[in-house]
Amino acid sequence: MIDILYFAWVRERIGLPRERIDTQAATVNDLVAELSAREERYAVAFADRAALRVALDQELSEFSAPLDGVREVAFFPPMTGG
Amino acid sequence: MSVRIQAEPFDLGAEANAFAAAQAGAGAIVTFTGLVRDIAGGLQAMEIEHYPGMTQKAISAMVDQAVLRWHLTGVLVIHRHGRLAMSEPIMMVATAASHRAEAFAAAEFLMDYLKSRAPFWKKEITATSSGWVASKDTDEQALSRW
Repeated sequence: MIDILYFAWVRERIGLPRERIDTQAATVNDLVAELSAREERYAVAFADRAALRVALDQELSEFSAPLDGVREVAFFPPMTGG
Repeated sequence: MSVRIQAEPFDLGAEANAFAAAQAGAGAIVTFTGLVRDIAGGLQAMEIEHYPGMTQKAISAMVDQAVLRWHLTGVLVIHRHGRLAMSEPIMMVATAASHRAEAFAAAEFLMDYLKSRAPFWKKEITATSSGWVASKDTDEQALSRW
């Protein structure tokens, strides 16, 4: 089981802030493909991967990164703090 | 070194004074404050979303980097989230050092990293619409100088 969190417009497009899923995805890219195949709202949110960032266990990471041992994946647009 | 993530407003003057009083031996303090600015169409409010588990860690890591790079006697970062009105302070950074060059550099470094590496997202709300603030390429490019 893995927790997936969504922020900002990613959260709005998918329609929920977080969910827990059972997945065999080996990498973030695999997870994105799996979610995108599930429902249109995921496909829309993940359509432009270059417009997204991913954090694994609360550290910025890459879409090619493995999910071994990861408990929390977060997807969000580029950050706009400050 | 202090990092505070909060929904509540903060008093810039009181924070700056308290910070200054704690910097024994420092010769320079730099403070920066970011405010909610108006936009075309007239801003009614700004909503700031953040990633609670990650925000404190990410900013603390930036502060750790700043402390390694410059001789600082103190760092304070305050960043708000939630719903803010126009002209309200969003965040502040204060740095203290023996000399101004280090205090200025560390404050700019922290601001550049806060802009594009701290997990905050701003939404601007007007009377007729709302929209997420887009990140700027120049913010990303600003990191390359460090």
